[in-house]
Amino acid sequence: MILHLTINGREQAVDCEPYETLLNLLRRVGFTGAKRVCESGECGACAVLVDGRAVDSCIMLAAQADGSRVTTVEGLGDLRDLSAVQTAFADNGAVQCGFCIPGMIVAATSYLEENPEPTEEQIRHVFVGNLCRCTGYVKPVEAVLTAARRMRSGGNGD
Amino acid sequence: MATELRVVGTPARKVDAAKLVTGYGTFTDDFFLPGMLHAKILTSPHAHARITRIDTSRAADHPGVHAAISHHDVARIPYTSAGQSWPEPSPYDQYILDSKVRFVGDYVAVVAAETPEAAEDALGLIDVEYEVLPPVLDMHDSMRPGAPVIHDEPESHGMYDAERNVAAHIEVEVGAVADGVTEADTVVSEDYFVQYQQHTCLEPHVTIAWLDEDGRLVLRTSTQIPYHCRRMVAFALDIPVRDVHVIKPRVGGGFGNKQEVVTEPLAAVLAIKTRRPVKLEYTRRDEFTIARMRHPQHLTMTVGARRDGSITATHMKVLTNTGPYGTHALTVTGNTGSKPLPLYRSPNIRFEADIVYTNLPISGAFRGYGAPQGFFALESAIDEMALALGSDPLEFRRANHIRKGDTDPVSAALAEGSAKKPRVMRSNGLPECLERGSEAIGWTAKRRGGMPLRPNEGPLVRGLGMCCLMQGSGVAGDELAAASIKMNEDASFTLMLGSADIGTGSDTTLAQIAAEVLGVPLEKILVRSGDTDHVTFDYGAYASSTAYITGQSVLKAAEDARRQIVSVAGQMLQEDAEALLVADERVSSSSGKTVTLQEIVMECLYGEEKTLISGRGTHATKESPPPFVAMFVEVEVDIEMGTIRPIHLVTAIDIGKALNPAICEGQVEGAVTQSLGYALTEEIVLSPEGRVLNPTFMDYKILCAADMPKLTTILVEDPEPTGPFGAKSVAEVAINGPAPAIANAVHDAVGIRLRHLPMTPDKVLEALGRL
Repeated sequence: MILHLTINGREQAVDCEPYETLLNLLRRVGFTGAKRVCESGECGACAVLVDGRAVDSCIMLAAQADGSRVTTVEGLGDLRDLSAVQTAFADNGAVQCGFCIPGMIVAATSYLEENPEPTEEQIRHVFVGNLCRCTGYVKPVEAVLTAARRMRSGGNGD
Repeated sequence: MATELRVVGTPARKVDAAKLVTGYGTFTDDFFLPGMLHAKILTSPHAHARITRIDTSRAADHPGVHAAISHHDVARIPYTSAGQSWPEPSPYDQYILDSKVRFVGDYVAVVAAETPEAAEDALGLIDVEYEVLPPVLDMHDSMRPGAPVIHDEPESHGMYDAERNVAAHIEVEVGAVADGVTEADTVVSEDYFVQYQQHTCLEPHVTIAWLDEDGRLVLRTSTQIPYHCRRMVAFALDIPVRDVHVIKPRVGGGFGNKQEVVTEPLAAVLAIKTRRPVKLEYTRRDEFTIARMRHPQHLTMTVGARRDGSITATHMKVLTNTGPYGTHALTVTGNTGSKPLPLYRSPNIRFEADIVYTNLPISGAFRGYGAPQGFFALESAIDEMALALGSDPLEFRRANHIRKGDTDPVSAALAEGSAKKPRVMRSNGLPECLERGSEAIGWTAKRRGGMPLRPNEGPLVRGLGMCCLMQGSGVAGDELAAASIKMNEDASFTLMLGSADIGTGSDTTLAQIAAEVLGVPLEKILVRSGDTDHVTFDYGAYASSTAYITGQSVLKAAEDARRQIVSVAGQMLQEDAEALLVADERVSSSSGKTVTLQEIVMECLYGEEKTLISGRGTHATKESPPPFVAMFVEVEVDIEMGTIRPIHLVTAIDIGKALNPAICEGQVEGAVTQSLGYALTEEIVLSPEGRVLNPTFMDYKILCAADMPKLTTILVEDPEPTGPFGAKSVAEVAINGPAPAIANAVHDAVGIRLRHLPMTPDKVLEALGRL
């Protein structure tokens, strides 16, 4: 079947199988930022924004995203133009192996739109769906607080 | 060199951070080759069986399938998956595919097809007949007379006693423990039980294998050990080492699980057979069932002490379950003894262990490498001894811990490498760790003392516990690292490293060392690492070795390059090269003459006397200085629900020198978090037939952000004279601590001793007599 999607701002027609997950489709067409980890919606490493809402792309059928705007971590910032959240993760030592980080950045970006002035406690609850085995969550949580602060004062901090 | 450090010691942004936060193709699987096939593995449903007949022809004929192979199609070469230096101190008891299966999940056959779906379908077309054998499903049964023999094949070798299912055996004694026990006024002797723990690297094991244009085998693979992997795959496939090229991209977590060669040999066999690129990737279920685990153990710990508080005897006896294969069997359990036992001065120390085969999941290397098990027993027993003597556990540890200048008597007796000489403590910041850590937790004010509950107290009771820890920095006498560095036309430098950054930040830390020596900012160092065709040899990322061992090789390489730069500058400035200073991207004399690195490199490449600036450094050592930790934790025990909630955990850690404080803190925070799970929630549940029943994150509980206590990390720097800029290791040591610290805190809160991990509510309620 042919799907019509807007991926990171670009409209695309993509052929897919009816059983294919959104994660598989995105990785297949070259957006490898979303990671394949549990394939059962338990860890959050495959999170992407579908019409602005963070979802686990491993448990969403690609067909369900037909007609939607999909944003992956690649769509949030570029190597030479990082988003505020990406910058804060890089600057705060929040990235170790980095495999869970795209999912955390997507989840945090989506949450900060909803709540630009989060508490540490609130961020910890947002990250309940994002498992990390490297960081102990200390620096990722600090990174989101830093990003929120910088965004409120109007910069991306880079 | 400038006396003040400019780059080393700063929390610099990691050199790979930008590509990791933007998600650009960087891991093994973020890569596509035309015509790539997908491999799927058929695994054993039985814990112990012989394959009496196997036929893969129907699978091979399935549409889209390019190969379906069983043990009939591969040479029978015994090898070990343990990524260690040669000759590996692990038995050669594995085969790429075998006619016998030894646990539920053992490899039976493998298929490569054009799509994952076709490969999966083809697995169902493989005809297998098994002769089911009686299994060993409890390590306490392994050595029992008449127990089924797990390795009865004649080709395997290197086991201590295959007929009794003993993979390895250890027995060492310093002094005479029996005398020490007799001399003691108080003896504490208890049994401790520790469980399987899975690494749960977010990135599963994955390998893409293909033949390059010269017919050489290329392995793009998620590994901690690129060079060992190359040697081991060549050995297992019986091909020359020069025909194997290992590429380690970014790695999504290792923790020891990727100090194993588990997907590479199968992917290689399929690529050679099909002449197509082949990807073999474990699923999350595979990680929980057929990858590796932390070794379960039954430990018996005996400590004897005199009334005056001096320790007279320390005796640890261990039974270890290695599972069906002896990968890292001897050395992990060796470290169960060698890491903890030197921590407290004792004239009589004995360590004995049997590491036995079972038909249960495979144990292997896991961050801490045996030490977490040993420290749980030792630090629980030390706590108990302190209280038995009426002493404060903090003061008892202060009085007895190993001092700077002491020699560690255990390391020589138990050395796994070639270092058979006693280890001298040249640095030891433990006193400062104890001081600052106890202050941060509020030790004297908050100890409860395990008093009976007062009638007006609610169900939530708090207590404080602590422990001390040590580790090593590399395997003493069994490490080699090399680095090379070349100067580029824009006065930047390319640093080439064989070491494997698996998320630890070593590429960054090592670049900081080079930048410091060469007087340039960090962004002028371009790091190339983890590719056996293009970088120098290195043992790889394990045993907390990289900053300490590879760091010295980088220091030497950068100093070599700097000598060459200064020599050219001396000619350009007409000054004595010895007296020149390199800093701020220039070379200057005390008389005020100066030349920039840019001018120097242009002179080298295009001037009169043409030369290339190219530095080289190799490092090997018999030293392995321990980092030290004093860990403190406050917990809240719910005596009605049986839950233990850690509130605040303080790690005061002596690492010699924090080369990058942010990276160092991150290593500690991550290690502590993994071990909080080990202490409280993580447990593999097995069926009576030996099948893993909880192979998902839903049923195997690792901690999430909302479960975490407050973590405080205090970096203490007692410079290590043998380390680069005074540094020793940081990555592992803290993982040894949370279990004993929490067990001791629970005792302080409610007066019970928990000696069986994980400390789940049922065990708490049982110990409280409330079940």
